[in-house]
This record gives sequence, structure tokens and C-alpha cells, in this order.
Amino acid sequence: MMDKLVLLGDEAIAQGALDGGISGVYAYPGTPSTEITEYIQRSVIAGERSLHTDWSANEKTAMEAALGMSYAGKRALVCMKHVGLNVAADAFINSAITGINGGLVILVADDPSMHSSQNEQDSRFYGKFSMIPVFEPANQQECYDYTYAAFGLSEKYGLPVLMRVTTRLAHSRSGVRRMDPQPENSLHTPDDHTQFILLPAFARKRYRGLLDLQPSLEADAGQMGYNVFQDGKDRSKGIIACGIAYNYYMEVATKHGLDYPVLKISHYPVPSNMLQEIADATEELLVLEEGYPMLEELLKGALKNSYQVRGRLSGAISRDGELDPGIVGRALGLADSSGNGIPEVVANRPPALCKGCSHIDMYNALNEALEPYGPGRVFSDIGCYTLGALPPYNAINSCVDMGASVTMAKGASDAGLRPSVAVIGDSTFTHSGMTGLLDVVVEKTPVTVIISDNSTTGMTGGQKSHATDRLYQICKGLGVEEEHIVELNPLKKHHDENRDRIAAELAHEGVSVILSRRECIQTASKKKKKSATK
Amino acid sequence: MKKDIILAGVGGQGILSIAAVIGMAAIDSDLYVKQAEVHGMSQRGGAVQSHLRISDRPIYSDLIPAGSCDMILSVEPMESLRYIPFLDKEGWLITNSKPFRNIDNYPDEQELFDEIRGMSNSLLIDADRIASEVGSRKVSNIVMLGASAGSLGLTMDSLESSINGIFGRKGEEIIRMNIDALHAGKREAEAQLIS
Repeated sequence: MMDKLVLLGDEAIAQGALDGGISGVYAYPGTPSTEITEYIQRSVIAGERSLHTDWSANEKTAMEAALGMSYAGKRALVCMKHVGLNVAADAFINSAITGINGGLVILVADDPSMHSSQNEQDSRFYGKFSMIPVFEPANQQECYDYTYAAFGLSEKYGLPVLMRVTTRLAHSRSGVRRMDPQPENSLHTPDDHTQFILLPAFARKRYRGLLDLQPSLEADAGQMGYNVFQDGKDRSKGIIACGIAYNYYMEVATKHGLDYPVLKISHYPVPSNMLQEIADATEELLVLEEGYPMLEELLKGALKNSYQVRGRLSGAISRDGELDPGIVGRALGLADSSGNGIPEVVANRPPALCKGCSHIDMYNALNEALEPYGPGRVFSDIGCYTLGALPPYNAINSCVDMGASVTMAKGASDAGLRPSVAVIGDSTFTHSGMTGLLDVVVEKTPVTVIISDNSTTGMTGGQKSHATDRLYQICKGLGVEEEHIVELNPLKKHHDENRDRIAAELAHEGVSVILSRRECIQTASKKKKKSATK
Repeated sequence: MKKDIILAGVGGQGILSIAAVIGMAAIDSDLYVKQAEVHGMSQRGGAVQSHLRISDRPIYSDLIPAGSCDMILSVEPMESLRYIPFLDKEGWLITNSKPFRNIDNYPDEQELFDEIRGMSNSLLIDADRIASEVGSRKVSNIVMLGASAGSLGLTMDSLESSINGIFGRKGEEIIRMNIDALHAGKREAEAQLIS
């Protein structure tokens, strides 16, 4: 037995993938999934084996590159946050039709309660939608074990496997025991060289094969041992607990001496015989799910039946937000255990732009340049600069999805809004802003695009940005006229000059790109510290 | 043995270093550990906390159930009060007295201290001053760890070897300063408890 490591759920997944014999990881940073790729990048084994560990431009390019690695016979991991799977969805759904060659695992980290996200969508639905196996570990050891096993399962079926975790597990640490590292697969292209060609005639055949596999996926989910039925003496209730919800139930049950039958779900598609077993054995069911009421809806159905099913749909648990032991306890009829309330003297302390941040100087200049036109015309995007929505800046009017600033500004301009402004970060621009700018250029739509370039992917902790030193060339290459690619140095001492140059572009009836460039003060001070200790 | 601890502070104040030292000491003492952290958006100058659980039996939940936390250990006075609903009626609140002001409506210092002193079990530690005395204000987080050391259920030896392990790469000088900070914090807490 190897040494016990203390790992975040994310790190346990990374170690499981390394020991499971991956040849590469593909990812775009996104909370709460970022630490998986960072762990692999730092690992000794990745260096020794020369694994692929560089960041991708976005989740779609990551998913496709991982599928390519799988085509070549090697095992690949692709990681993203839940909304990243929307970006990668085309490739993801179709990878279930092509199937895989080398084992392929898609890790998606959901963010219920929206700690760092714009929604709390439940990725298990993507698993159901694409009809592939889904693992949902409950603890750090399972994160490791399931990832380690997922590559073999993927190769057994010839299908990708979806791993779903949520914020709490991704960012919580505990002891993990490792297994022996497996070697990498050798390079070998698929036996059938038409497997990955989804021409309709071929795709129909592949899809039929995927449908035919479904009964064995369900049967294996009942037999592999990840879904576990624990009987209990008190049959007035049966508990169905998915993933991390199992921990909260067991915490409460241990403390209060509850002894209900429990079905722990960590592997989908859920075997219907296991659901039938616990339903028949108990008087009513309580379904504990971190995310949407997916199983509860399935169990309840549309028609009246004799089973009582409670959960997020019935109102026993709130529809939104993550679970915790208190919520689970109250759903079980136990009293609220909270101590005293938060004293009134405590003020809110929301996240804010760092002192000295370059986005601050950009917003101060932009706000002043926009004064003659009035508010309501700045479309923004996903990143640290989204905090420009808060006082004292109140500088932006939208934040929807990666890249939406440019295209929403275009649509508003098409509708007649002048000036119409987009504010987007450098990494977000190369993730999904470039194609939108091409639309703007082709139609010569009057839009002012400000790329607030801090030369990093800031919000997730300072990962390398694909945009660094490339933005001018990219904008020029897309067809923006050079006299309207304006470069600013966002510092207080240049405030008046920056304001005037922004104002000049706002008045331009055409396409402008303003490159406001100064390094993130977090990455700059890290670099400074590093060079001081050398 | 079970200790449920909430570590509190503002993003960038070093609560994860405290968690790492306690966590490693607990693992080396053959205890079970779970520690939930906050990453991402809140780290940008916002309120952050970490749920740290140590036990001699397996731990299920990554989050501490409300009302059952044994100790709130905070590196900032206002932040120490944010997690009161988690604290057991018999639990301890141990906090640095030095405010971190990055919001306009930061409350009156005296009001905060009155609230903290009004708790049945609390310690207010001037960790920044003590840290300066041992060499640098940067080790004020380890002063706070020292102030809590008497009730962690871990030995000083195990905490020291954990500091050695975690700060080892930063050199002898940094290790010495952190170990001095640990002991100075412990002495301060003991002095307050006696008086």
C-alpha cells in the first residue's frame, strides 16, 4: 500500500487519472475544476512521461483534442466547470456516437449555490442526454478510485465516461490511498477507420449501437458496487442519496441514531431494480440530490402511484442551493441545530477588484468617457472585471456567457444603440470573443470593443492566457482597421489621455478595438516574489 | 476525540496555511481529517472560511453541521462573528484583534470587541503585534494557530514538525520565525486564560 496523501477532491481526481494511465489532460480553467489540471501540471509523473498538460483555448477545443488523443488509442482526461460543458456540448454529445478508442473521461465540476458561477445546472442531465455512464463520487477516496476505474470502463464499452463532482467535494481535502500506476496505452488508431466518421449513414449505425448498449450500462451500474443498498431497521422511510448528499445523510444519521434503509447512488444510469427494492421495502422515499431533482422526478413520474416521494420537488428541500447537514436534518424532521444568529454589527464583505488592479483604471476612464451618453450601454463578460458591476464602478450592464459581450453589443448596435460597448478580458476574448468580433468586422457594425488585457486568466488564479502578446495581431487579422486598434496603458497618471482616446472611439461610427493592457497585480507580485527568492 | 473548527478571514490572509499545518499534524497523529476550502471568486478580498474537521473516527460530511463547531479561529475580528450560527453553545471563539478594512461600512472597532468579549468563551489576541515582535507581521496567522493550540487536541511537537514540513522549502529563518510565532501565540492565550 502506498502512502496516504491529503488531497482536494480535484487533486484526487488528477492523481486517479495519472495513475490510471492518461497520456494527456485538456482543459480551460474554471472554478471549481481548475485544480485538477494544475495538479497534473505540477506532478512528477507528468514530467517523466511528457504528458500533455497545457491549457486549451476553450472547453470545446479541449474536448475535441481529448477525443483526438482517444482516437489515437491513448487515454485522455478533459476537465471543465459545468457551464464549460455547454461550450463543449457539440463535441461531447457526438463523442457518445463516435465512441472512443483510448479511454476518455470527461470531468465536470458543478457549482450549486453559484459560489463562482452564473447558474447551477446539473451535469447529470448531460450524461442522460448523451446516454453514457456517469460517476458521482461522494468523497475524496471515491474521486480517486472512480477516476482510476473510469478509463477501463470507457474502453470496455467503447464510450466516454462522465465524472460529476460539485464544489464542496472539489474543494475539500481528505486522506486518499493510491493504487499502482498503470502504463500508458500504446499508439494505435481504431480497428474500424470509419468509426469516427459521423456521415448520416454511418452515424445511424453508431447510434443504434449506443442504444443497444443501454441495458448493459444499467445492469453494470447495479453490479459494479458503486451503487450500494444498506438495509435499516426503521422502514418508515427509505433514503436515496446521490454523491456527496450521502455524506450529509450519514453525518446526521450517525449523530441522531437513525436507521433507515439507504440507497447510495454514485453510478448512472440508475438501476431500476435497486430503486424498486428500496421503494418496496419502505413506506416513503426521501431523495437527497446535490443539484436538480433528477431522480426524484423520475421516481415520482407524471401519473399517480402508491409511492410517496419527497425531495426538492415536493418542497421537503429547497429547489435551489447546495445541501448541507442542516438542510438534510430538517428534511428528516429534526430540529434546526443552529447556534445564535450573526450579530448585527457584522457587515457584508463581498469580493472586490484588488487594490491597484488594471481593470479599475480602465473602468474609471470608460465611465467618464461615457458620461455624455448616459448609462445602460456596456456589455461585459466572465472574469474578474465582472466585479465592475458593483459599486463604486457600476460600469457594466451584462454578464451572460463567455464571449457574449461582443455579440450582445453587436445586436444592440444593430437595434440602434449608439455607442454600444463590449468589455471583455484577454483570456475570455480568445476563448469565445474572436468569432463574435469577426461578425462585427464583416458587417462593419458600430461597436467599441474594450479588451481589458491583464495577460492572465485572473479569476481562476492566474493561469496562462492564450491571448498574451497576440491580441493586436488577432484583431488586425480579423480585419479591424489599424487606426481603430487603440492601445492604452491603464494607469492613474494616464487617466485623462485614456478617457479622451476612449471617447474618440465611442464617437467613431464603425468597429473599434481598444487594447487596455497592464499585467494583473496578483501575477506580477507573484513573479516579483519568485525572482527575489532566487 | 472530535474537533470541528471554522477558520475565518479575508481572502489572502493565510487561513489555508493554518489549515495545512493543523491538517498535516492531525494526519501524522493518525487522525481522520476533512477540510473544505473556498476557492475562486471570494478569494478577491471577500470573506473566506475553511471548515476543518479532525476525529479519531471516520468523518462523513465535509461541512460542519450548524451549532456543533468547537472553535472559530479567525485572523480578523469581524470575520470571527460571521460564523456564530455554526458555533456550539460551549464552543470557543479565538480571533486576531486587528481589523482588515477594505469596505466603507466597516463597523466600529469597540462595538466588535464588546460583541466578542460578550461571548461565553472567547479570546482576543493582538496577533499582529506579537508577530512583529517575533520578526514579521506575516506570521500573525501562525500566532493565531498558537493561541488555539491548547484546545486542538494535538501536541506542540506535532504542530512544530508540521510547520517544518510545510515551510521547509522556505529556509531556516522562516521556519524559526513560524515556530517562535506558534509559541508566542500559545503563551499569550495561556496568560489571558489565567488572568
